[in-house]
Amino acid sequence: MVSWPNFLSQALNGLVIGALLALISSGLTIIYGTLGVLNLAHGAMFMVGGYAGVFAYQYTGSFAAALAAGALCVLVLGIVMERLVIQHFYSRPDEDQILVTFGLGIVFVEVIRLIFGSLSQSMPPPSWAAGITSLGFMIYPTYRLAVVGIIGVALLLLYGLLYRTRLGMIVRAGIEDSVMVDSLGINVMRVFMIVFGIGAMAAGFAGIVNVPIAPITPDIGESILVEAFVVVVIGGVGSFPGAILGGLIAGEILSLTSMIDPSYSQVMLFAVMTLVLMLRPQGLLGTRGRA
Amino acid sequence: MIISRKKVRSLLPETATVLGLLAAPFILPHIGFVLDTMNRVLVLGLFGIGFDLLFGYAGLLSFGQSAFFGTGGFTAAYLLTQMGLPSVFLGLVTGMVAAAIAGYLVGLIALRRTGIYFAMITVAIAEVFFFMENSPLSKFTGGENGLPGVPSPVLNLGFTMIHATGGLPMYGFLAVIYFAGIVIARRIVVSPVGRILVAIRENPLRAAAVGHNIHAYKLLVFVIAAAYAGLAGGLLGILQGYMPPDAFAFDTSGQLIMQTVIGGLQTLFGPLVGAAVWLYLRDTLQSGLGLGAAWKLVLGIVFVLLVCFLKRGIIGGFADLFAFLSSSLEKNLAPAAACEAGSSSGFLASAKAETDPLTAAPMRSRVVNDYTGPILQAKNLSKRYGGLLANDGIDFAVNTGELRGIIGPNGAGKSTFFKMLTCEVHPSSGSIMFEGRDITGFEVTQVCQLGLTKSYQVNQLFTRLTARQNIMISALAEKRGSFRLDFLRDAARIPGLEEQVQHTLDLIELTKRADVAVSDLAYGEKRRLEIGLALATSPSLLLLDEPLAGMSPRERAETVKLLKSISRGRTMIIIDHDMDALFELADSVTVLQEGRILVEGTPAEIKCNALVREAYLGGVLE
Repeated sequence: MVSWPNFLSQALNGLVIGALLALISSGLTIIYGTLGVLNLAHGAMFMVGGYAGVFAYQYTGSFAAALAAGALCVLVLGIVMERLVIQHFYSRPDEDQILVTFGLGIVFVEVIRLIFGSLSQSMPPPSWAAGITSLGFMIYPTYRLAVVGIIGVALLLLYGLLYRTRLGMIVRAGIEDSVMVDSLGINVMRVFMIVFGIGAMAAGFAGIVNVPIAPITPDIGESILVEAFVVVVIGGVGSFPGAILGGLIAGEILSLTSMIDPSYSQVMLFAVMTLVLMLRPQGLLGTRGRA
Repeated sequence: MIISRKKVRSLLPETATVLGLLAAPFILPHIGFVLDTMNRVLVLGLFGIGFDLLFGYAGLLSFGQSAFFGTGGFTAAYLLTQMGLPSVFLGLVTGMVAAAIAGYLVGLIALRRTGIYFAMITVAIAEVFFFMENSPLSKFTGGENGLPGVPSPVLNLGFTMIHATGGLPMYGFLAVIYFAGIVIARRIVVSPVGRILVAIRENPLRAAAVGHNIHAYKLLVFVIAAAYAGLAGGLLGILQGYMPPDAFAFDTSGQLIMQTVIGGLQTLFGPLVGAAVWLYLRDTLQSGLGLGAAWKLVLGIVFVLLVCFLKRGIIGGFADLFAFLSSSLEKNLAPAAACEAGSSSGFLASAKAETDPLTAAPMRSRVVNDYTGPILQAKNLSKRYGGLLANDGIDFAVNTGELRGIIGPNGAGKSTFFKMLTCEVHPSSGSIMFEGRDITGFEVTQVCQLGLTKSYQVNQLFTRLTARQNIMISALAEKRGSFRLDFLRDAARIPGLEEQVQHTLDLIELTKRADVAVSDLAYGEKRRLEIGLALATSPSLLLLDEPLAGMSPRERAETVKLLKSISRGRTMIIIDHDMDALFELADSVTVLQEGRILVEGTPAEIKCNALVREAYLGGVLE
């Protein structure tokens, strides 16, 4: 039966999932918005971030080191991937870009499988966020509350980077019109490389933050990727605020539907996406004509 | 004699397929292929034929084919195991139909968008099918257990019954179905529908503008691909005697894409080759070399390398190599002969063009109503883009048979005006009448079918097709209307099509360059082809947006001659900046300035009009 505490805890769960999805999707969406590339390896980035973090944790035992390793490793991976492969695909059709990132995603998954095996890996939450917290009307795992905070800070940093720095200004201008930015004498290719790295890092960071909640396997990125797609379609492809709004909506849909019947949660998510496509094809916060 | 040779040649792939399918079970086991693997390859190859039509030909990259594979498979398996359906064939057909219906419904949603949106939406939809199978529908599908006990087909030959279980009989059964699948797919490819699908991939905007209902064709190929997937899904259950739930998994779609790309896109046989390579590598790397799970890593790397360097996969690579070798061989052998042949046929073509008195292209042969007023009449036409008023209250009429010129300085709103007349953009206010019919708010495809079309200011061609194929796309729209389901008919056999294509090519003087890919044509040739695309739809009113732009003086003179010849018996409106040419061609001229009509009159009147001079030069009025 649906009771108030149950509902509230599911709503909180939705917020946790939503925050993670928001961060992952904003990475996906700024890459697409700036570079015009849909990165199908984004789910794999999430997974690699998780494994890099777990690896660092096993050596250092430090949660902070795990977070740093997860984020930095994927940042470097993103930059290398952009330099070696993606940059040669800017002038090729969308379909080629989709195919090559899809293939790279599989390569990353299989490399990780080769190194760590198919069994799941996990990592405990840090000592300061272990156990449960009483919220007065209900008790809730402390780490999940911490995740909302950690992701919130990461999103704020991303927001600051996009809206308060010179680089961010170029990126946002590039989303509107990258040809124009190029003709203003700005080195668009370098900006593209940085954006790809940062976008990938967002997924990788989310990947390691998620490990104490759910153990990680090499295949975890696949379902994450699909959910991130739905989020950006709902929020509007290329829109950073749209990714955050879409992520929160998707998180609540998944969580609240599974309170009633878990088997329908994905179906419900898809139904909402279809509804958005019918009523507002450019997404809730997307602008018409960009995609 | 020639026809029969052509026919033999066109049936060569079918013959080769039969021979290959017959020989495979005797040859392939020697290199480590077991029959069961071959059976799997056939099922995956059949699955891939539909996908190749969808992605290789029509350019629609779907990541959701598993949805239809699973739908077909589970429908057939459910009917055969739970409902006690006695006929395996009926089960397969029902599964295929179910998958096609699912494809139709999914297509309605997914095809609302293109490119990356399409890819993302198909992924999401396929995931929903997966989840539906796994829990809400698990009563029917067995959930994570799948459906065991799928029977194998029994062939009643009257005197004996052939039970196609495992091994060779099953191989025969699958090979026959695969062959049928290939034959049908090859017919689709050479049918008008197949040609139009390629045109949609190359340039959807132009495919719609020459009068094809591209949305309907995309939906059609989506349904066809789903039907192939559904049949293959049903066969998988029969082959294994068990319908596995992972048929619905994302991995199924992903493998299909990888196998098709590895084998070669737009080849139809690509998926078969890709699947063979895939399963062979999996088996040899996994067990033979003891590499375990690394086989998928190897395939992933191969796939990435192919996408990067060899877009057309293994078959395409061999085809290119073969073409390269044979062309370098030919070059060494007969350079002189080739040159001679080229020049003589060129001479013939040009001689023909000059002597042929019938230079006027045919116009649409449709029942003409009694309407006798102006062929085109625009009333109070305005277009507003945000704060910018591009066209402001234009009243405009053109009489049948007239050749009207439109001039005006840059930014006068000429192109916007044309776009409204052809219904590419809809006016903010006002109305457009064509042959007495109100066409305001029509779509560009409908308007073209009525006999009004445009050649574009910036070339909108089907770049990777030849000039002849380009013209054929236009002519097909005129011969068949905006949509027709003739996907099993040979396009070359449509009465009058060949003549119309040849006639248009003669008219735009591209006969001797007809089989050259557009990307290899010179600029002036491309411009003429651009006009030819509009012309081949046999319009009664033809709009030309800057047909002379960017041409050399010689090309201009030739094009002016061409425009004169096609204007016989046809109404035309031409926008251009070349005043001399326009004054020479046009019966009357309309001058646009700042979105309004400045003045209208005969070329002589316009030449001496002070307002016109001021518009162009500024401030010459005393």
